[in-house]
Amino acid sequence: MKKKSKLLDYLVKYRVFVIFAVMFIVMAISSDVFLTRGNILNMLRQLSINGILAVGMTFVLITGGIDLSVGAVLTFSAMVGCSLIQKGSPYPVILAVAVSLAIGVGIGLINGIIVAKGSVPAFIVTLGTQMMAAGAALLLRNGSPIPGLKDEYNVIGAGSFLGVPLPIYIFFAIMLIGGFVLRRTRFGRHTYAVGGNALAARACGIRDKSVTIWVYVISGLCAAIAGVVLSARVRTATPIAGSGYELDAIAAAVLGGTSLTGGIGNMWGTLAGVLIIGLLNNGMDLLNIQSYIQDIIQGLIIIAAVYIDVNTNKARN
Amino acid sequence: MSENERILEMRDIVKEFSGVRVLDRVSFALRRGTVHALMGENGAGKSTLMKILCGIYAKTEGEILLRGAPAEIQTPTDAKALGVAMIHQELSAFHALTVSANMFMNREFMKGPVIDEARMVSETDKVFSDLGIRIDPKAKMETLSVAEMQLVEIAKAVSTDADIIIMDEPTSALTEAEVRKLYETVEDLKSRGKSIIYISHKIEEIFAIADEITVLRDGSLVGHDEIGAFDKDRLISMMVGRTLSQQFHKTRHTFGDVMLKVEGLSREHAFENVSFEVRAGEVFGLAGLIGAGRTEVVETLFGLAKKSAGTVSLYGAPVEINSPGDAIHSGIAFVSEDRKNVGLNLVGSVKENITLANLKKYCRLGVINAREERAASDAQAEKLSVKANSRDTLAMYLSGGNQQKVILARWMSTTPRILILDEPTKGIDVGAKAEIYRLIDEFAAEGNCVIMVSSEMPEVLGMSDRIAVMHEGRMTAVFDRDEATQEKILAAAAGI
Ligand SMILES: Nc1ncnc2c1ncn2[C@@H]1O[C@H](COP(=O)(O)OP(=O)(O)OP(=O)(O)O)[C@@H](O)[C@H]1O
Ligand SMILES: [Mg+2]
Repeated sequence: MKKKSKLLDYLVKYRVFVIFAVMFIVMAISSDVFLTRGNILNMLRQLSINGILAVGMTFVLITGGIDLSVGAVLTFSAMVGCSLIQKGSPYPVILAVAVSLAIGVGIGLINGIIVAKGSVPAFIVTLGTQMMAAGAALLLRNGSPIPGLKDEYNVIGAGSFLGVPLPIYIFFAIMLIGGFVLRRTRFGRHTYAVGGNALAARACGIRDKSVTIWVYVISGLCAAIAGVVLSARVRTATPIAGSGYELDAIAAAVLGGTSLTGGIGNMWGTLAGVLIIGLLNNGMDLLNIQSYIQDIIQGLIIIAAVYIDVNTNKARN
Repeated sequence: MSENERILEMRDIVKEFSGVRVLDRVSFALRRGTVHALMGENGAGKSTLMKILCGIYAKTEGEILLRGAPAEIQTPTDAKALGVAMIHQELSAFHALTVSANMFMNREFMKGPVIDEARMVSETDKVFSDLGIRIDPKAKMETLSVAEMQLVEIAKAVSTDADIIIMDEPTSALTEAEVRKLYETVEDLKSRGKSIIYISHKIEEIFAIADEITVLRDGSLVGHDEIGAFDKDRLISMMVGRTLSQQFHKTRHTFGDVMLKVEGLSREHAFENVSFEVRAGEVFGLAGLIGAGRTEVVETLFGLAKKSAGTVSLYGAPVEINSPGDAIHSGIAFVSEDRKNVGLNLVGSVKENITLANLKKYCRLGVINAREERAASDAQAEKLSVKANSRDTLAMYLSGGNQQKVILARWMSTTPRILILDEPTKGIDVGAKAEIYRLIDEFAAEGNCVIMVSSEMPEVLGMSDRIAVMHEGRMTAVFDRDEATQEKILAAAAGI
């Protein structure tokens, strides 16, 4: 009796994972290919881009902010980086990566400073930088993509180690680091405190503005990393590669229990959210669902999942 | 009096939160035209019982009878329709709206399809003048002090014309004069046949206005009787389950050097030319009416607001304190009167709230040592007897008094040299209060100093070595412990 209620407690606590498990089983039954090693790896590889973005987004959302610029930052930083390392260029690959990451950090810094010091709402600031970065990415090559990248670069996205594609390692490494920082470090704790009550955090001697700036920097950095991985995987930088990605990242974090009003959230939840969205995309592809209908179903399932999430908790109380 | 009819009966009420029982078959009866005090320690379940009555929480078991008939109260709207109004312990104002908009929230006066602002203002004025409140109905709520917000909250409940008015610690931020005004209001309501449920940790208040008392302890009913059957000692022992030997723990000890010296401190529109010094071992009380500028002075000292003139010296050397970080670094701790806004992270756990101000101590290279942090927060929580399900319970689920204890625990754990307390025992029960006074005394005896802003006269007189009184932003008098009396302080506070 007691044991049963304990199990129920766990199920409620980790309900996003339960939702994921249910979807997983449904897919395993309805498709023969789903459970093959090739498909699972493919699914993980595809969701790693959204996963990397969602890690940064989780930090931002926990402070009560939002970062709409990540999709455009991904695109723009990859465009600039890749423009340096087409085959035959004199620059080393490492320079392209460094430039990309620096651009991500730079835009994050701008976002953070205007939000924290300028007190402009994050929604507006990051919408503005999103438009600028998206425009700049198109301007760079007049709207054409940058193909023919050096092979050493492409390895980052297309290579594999022990049979597992590198993007999956990169995603899990970032996720683990993000989770560790959030849960175990002082900075992570301050992130929660600022999102929970900025004034109280300030009264505790926490430099709330600098915490705010840092989370946007983290988000920008994650976006740039995702840009490198994506452009290397498809061996091309495309000037519209990341458009709309910010919404998937936000959806993943919120699915995982991160609150849009700040102060609440964790990396495990975000991981579950990323897996759910990745599974949806992969599953519907396997079931040959037409892509317009996929959008409709995805929208529905996201609402349903958050509904279940929020209301099981309420019913429990 | 006892023949007055029962307007309300709550029978065998049980309330569980996620399986934890916080009310265990509690019964409570209220008679028409009486004031019924609900007493008990922090976390005893008083607010929870009342929130069930006004439809905020659903009861797990039990039944409620209103005017003899079973009542189903599921939502606050149900409660309102049945004539139940509540003044909440935790203020819940709409900060960006005006006072009059708050007063008539969801019962606005309309002129056709639009809100009749002029009528709202004039009606608010009317209620205020009946109650002797002087607040501009057109002011934004956020410009009000905590005390003024509380007055608005009281006025709001009174103006709904409810038969049953629940007052959950209505005086925790009020000064004597305002409290007396509230007593008059209560008497007036009584004479109009209204019934009042009154929750307070101030024993004197209960004996001044209550007709009956019900005592809860740990979620169970301990007893219920008419006021005449109680004396102070019996009431306290029913509440805490033991007798309290001494309320104010105060030892005589010698004072050391001046630790904090404030000269000509000013902040525009708040206070002017405030000077004082506090020596090691001293408890320095700051008395005065609400709005006299006491909170502003201590907030400025702590770096939460900028001074416009004056100097502050610590341990003999002048310092510039520009942020709370600077203050904490200099060994200053500050317990704000506004626990919800300046104090707690409500969506953070008890542990996180306790360790937030000196997390560094439990960190190596920025990584938190979880075991050390847990041990430190548990130790502090135990020292102040914080009552919570676990250290991971979110602060929002704690009772009001326990939230206050969490903040005290946080600042005591920073091992400060100068402790600034703004209404430190707000909402804290008698037992825990005595405990806190003992802590204050011990802290001072160790050669530290305390600045205590308090509107509770017995507390100021009982704990302070010296008492400064402020009136309209100026310091009007300073008394030594031996010469201070309630009359002198009130006179100075009134600017006489
Ligand atoms: N929403 C909630 N979820 C979980 N536990 C709760 C919730 N609200 C209250 N409790 C718990 O119920 C108990 C009673 O709380 P309540 O607020 O009724 O105490 P109280 O008697 O009003 O105390 P105080 O004098 O400190 O205001 C406390 O232990 C508290 O932690
Ligand atoms: Mg209470």
